[in-house]
Amino acid sequence: MSRNHVNATVNGDSVEFLCETGQTLLEALRDEVGLTGTKEGCGTGDCGACSVMVDGRLVCSCLMLAVEAEGKSIETIEGMAKGEALHPLQRKFLEHAALQCGICTPGILIAARSLLERNPDPSEAEVRYWLAGNLCRCTGYHKIVDAVLDAARELRGA
Amino acid sequence: MSDTLKYEEKKLKIVGTRPLRPDGVDKVTGRARYGADYNLAGQLIGKVLRSPYAHARIKAIDVSAALALPGVKAVVTRDDFPEMPNEYASAGELTVNYRAVTRNMMAREKVLYDGHPVAALAAVSESVARAALALIKVDYEVLPHVIDVVEAMRPDAPLLHEDQYTEGVKPKPARPSNIAKRLEYGHGDLAAGFAKADVIIEREFNTKPVHQGYIEPQACLASYSADGQAELWTCTQGHFVFRAQCAKVLQMDVSKIRVTPTEIGGGFGGKNNVYNEPLAIALSRKSNRPVKMVMTREEVFRATGPTPGANVKVKIGCTLDGRITAAQAEVNFQAGAFPGSPVNQASMCAFTRYDIANVRVVGHDVTVNRPKVAAYRAPGAPIVVFGVESVIDELSKKLGIDPIEFRLKNAAKEGTQTYYGPKLGPIGYVQTLEAARAHPHYSAPLGPNQGRGVATGFWFNIGNETTCSLNLQPDGTLTLNLGTIDVAGGSRASLSMMVAEELGIELERVRPIIGDTSTLGFNFVTAGSRSTFASGMAGVIASRDMIEKLRARVAKIREVPLAAVAWKNGRAEPADARVVKFEPMSLAEIAAMAGRTGGPIAGHAEINAQGAGPGFGAHIVDVEVDRQTGAVKILRYTVVQDVGKAIHPAYVEGQMQGGAAQGIGWALNEEYVYGADGVLQNPGFLDYRVPVASDLPMIDTVIVEVPNPNHPYGVRGCGEVPIISPMAAIANAIDNAVGVRLYQQPFSPPRVLEALSGPAKR
Repeated sequence: MSRNHVNATVNGDSVEFLCETGQTLLEALRDEVGLTGTKEGCGTGDCGACSVMVDGRLVCSCLMLAVEAEGKSIETIEGMAKGEALHPLQRKFLEHAALQCGICTPGILIAARSLLERNPDPSEAEVRYWLAGNLCRCTGYHKIVDAVLDAARELRGA
Repeated sequence: MSDTLKYEEKKLKIVGTRPLRPDGVDKVTGRARYGADYNLAGQLIGKVLRSPYAHARIKAIDVSAALALPGVKAVVTRDDFPEMPNEYASAGELTVNYRAVTRNMMAREKVLYDGHPVAALAAVSESVARAALALIKVDYEVLPHVIDVVEAMRPDAPLLHEDQYTEGVKPKPARPSNIAKRLEYGHGDLAAGFAKADVIIEREFNTKPVHQGYIEPQACLASYSADGQAELWTCTQGHFVFRAQCAKVLQMDVSKIRVTPTEIGGGFGGKNNVYNEPLAIALSRKSNRPVKMVMTREEVFRATGPTPGANVKVKIGCTLDGRITAAQAEVNFQAGAFPGSPVNQASMCAFTRYDIANVRVVGHDVTVNRPKVAAYRAPGAPIVVFGVESVIDELSKKLGIDPIEFRLKNAAKEGTQTYYGPKLGPIGYVQTLEAARAHPHYSAPLGPNQGRGVATGFWFNIGNETTCSLNLQPDGTLTLNLGTIDVAGGSRASLSMMVAEELGIELERVRPIIGDTSTLGFNFVTAGSRSTFASGMAGVIASRDMIEKLRARVAKIREVPLAAVAWKNGRAEPADARVVKFEPMSLAEIAAMAGRTGGPIAGHAEINAQGAGPGFGAHIVDVEVDRQTGAVKILRYTVVQDVGKAIHPAYVEGQMQGGAAQGIGWALNEEYVYGADGVLQNPGFLDYRVPVASDLPMIDTVIVEVPNPNHPYGVRGCGEVPIISPMAAIANAIDNAVGVRLYQQPFSPPRVLEALSGPAKR
């Protein structure tokens, strides 16, 4: 089966990979690029565990073909911390005990960062509706919502 | 050393605080490696062909075309696995029969449910493997099927197992049956008890199977080498039990399989048993290559364990002043394709919150053409408690007694005789009920179409086989090698905290790891809320073992009697400086000298932890019912629970909130939907609706701490109790909101609308 050559930017680095035409961006990130921080929970865009940013848009990477990433800039969980410095959302998730098994955490962090970039002062309801595409089966969301609201406060300097 | 250390009240520095979890940074940065994140050079991708029928005889399987496809390296079918005799083993809260384990991982004579594995293959890529599956030809003779538990119990129902005769019935029945087992618990005189009752209410309840819904699908990687050794990486709640199951069905020596547990993306009871693991090892053995197998979400729904659907009948009688005189239940559980539902545990849980003199519970474990059920957080209890707590609510309402007051009048206490055997030890049910009644939530005002419900729950909690090692490293830090999986709740944090507390050192100096099956003695599955209790006990025993060795070493180094050395403030100090003086030694100083003063120092524990303490919870929920759509909105939720001792309160709250959220999903939306053909129609998160963030409010928590006398810190365990009460509490709240009682779960908009528009089904 012939494979397609794709050039993209991942977390600021130029990346080239080969993929089958039917492979999703999620599969290419995990299996071809070797970044396994992005998770597959359903493969049908229902759980949000595979959330990444593509040219600044929040997408389920399981719903996008890898070949569509040509020329695009992709951001994954692996690029969220700057060196040793965790993003405030990552820190607040730890401080608020907002993760348990952690399989949904990368997707939720990516989605939450995208929310705070658009809306630096979301209400609890806005956080809940924005994250409604990201399933978490462990926490009941309480501590996740707390962590996102607290990170928003810190980022606003409030 | 004893397997049980008694509770001692003492001043605590670390236990009860809220430090960051040791696995946290890896989980927020994407570094944590879960089942599907492991890869080996040269690995193949394994895939499973599954039955499209609910019930069919397999006449022939032809794999020749699949094997001929370039890139396909191995195929396995029933012919590759030996027949297993009936042999029972413990796995989590449920018991497995190896004859069923081998048939569930790969169908033999018949397929028994939609999704039942028929063949598996390994190929060079995912796409080749998928293409090859389509080339396998299976000749089926489709048979009539049965998926409803009541229908399956009828004598004329299609039979799943022609050789299955109901156990627990004497004499042995003449005809085989889908009822695998009948069990009965009780005490007292039921007829006399009901004769004393002024009010008797009898109701029937039906529930659908729901799935654990862990976000990480099952995933494993196996590598079999030519010398007969196998390595397996898998997301599991119990790597030692997985090793035992793989060894048995593959007829390998246990010591030749090394299982390394990966980080686990949720389990809730659903990852206590093998599915693909033996197939991956078999495919690796046949292909001489590593084989990776990752389930799709659809496979997870179709073939891994849901909790049973059920039919439950409850009858309770009480006096006008609210004293229960008799209680009776019939509990009929779907086991799925093979026997072994949690009907036993559910039957024991049904009334155990109450002190009732006359009780009888009859349970049936019934095979149906659905996937074999698996444990799900307090397995079976939420189902039977939905029925019992609904009837309790009706009784209290009928008598005009406050529902918490009604429960307090009948509450189980220390010394209450259970109807299944033991007397209860010190428990916190009364304290839990009183804390719920005192919570501001319980007296807050409600608006129109809003209602408040309460319900309570009981779970046993368990101990079992547990080992750990605590190694003093050359720099004076400690490595805590654990054998119980941290299934999500943060046991690496809580167990390290107990060790640091014992040693009197900073938490950062204890590094917890989960050892593979070759590094420690056998550990039972993380199930039954046992990890913080049993591994905590082991960690404390290992710490005290190490302290004894440290004292002895310092006595030798300082040339003082052993009795003169005390372990205080995280170091060896003179027990009484007026008697014998010496320069204190820190862990780092001892570690630096360990090599030349007798060698490395480690503490160990190899125990079968006994004395788990039962947990009790009380939930309060406010709902609002939309009379137009039938939608039920959760407005406010409070979980009150006796956990014995919260080692890390933030993660105890997390268990309470997460369990309640799963229970809310179970109550309102989740259900397996089957067509008339017996095929599952909603095997995905789009149509199988688990709660999302916008479905839920904040979930308030109240931690009650009535110490378990059989644990050094009083731990009971906390993970399972919180899922037991939501279904009943929400049903009671709906009744209080709109005067309609629901007897069928889930309380989804169509069901609520139907109930609102007509007389409730009794």
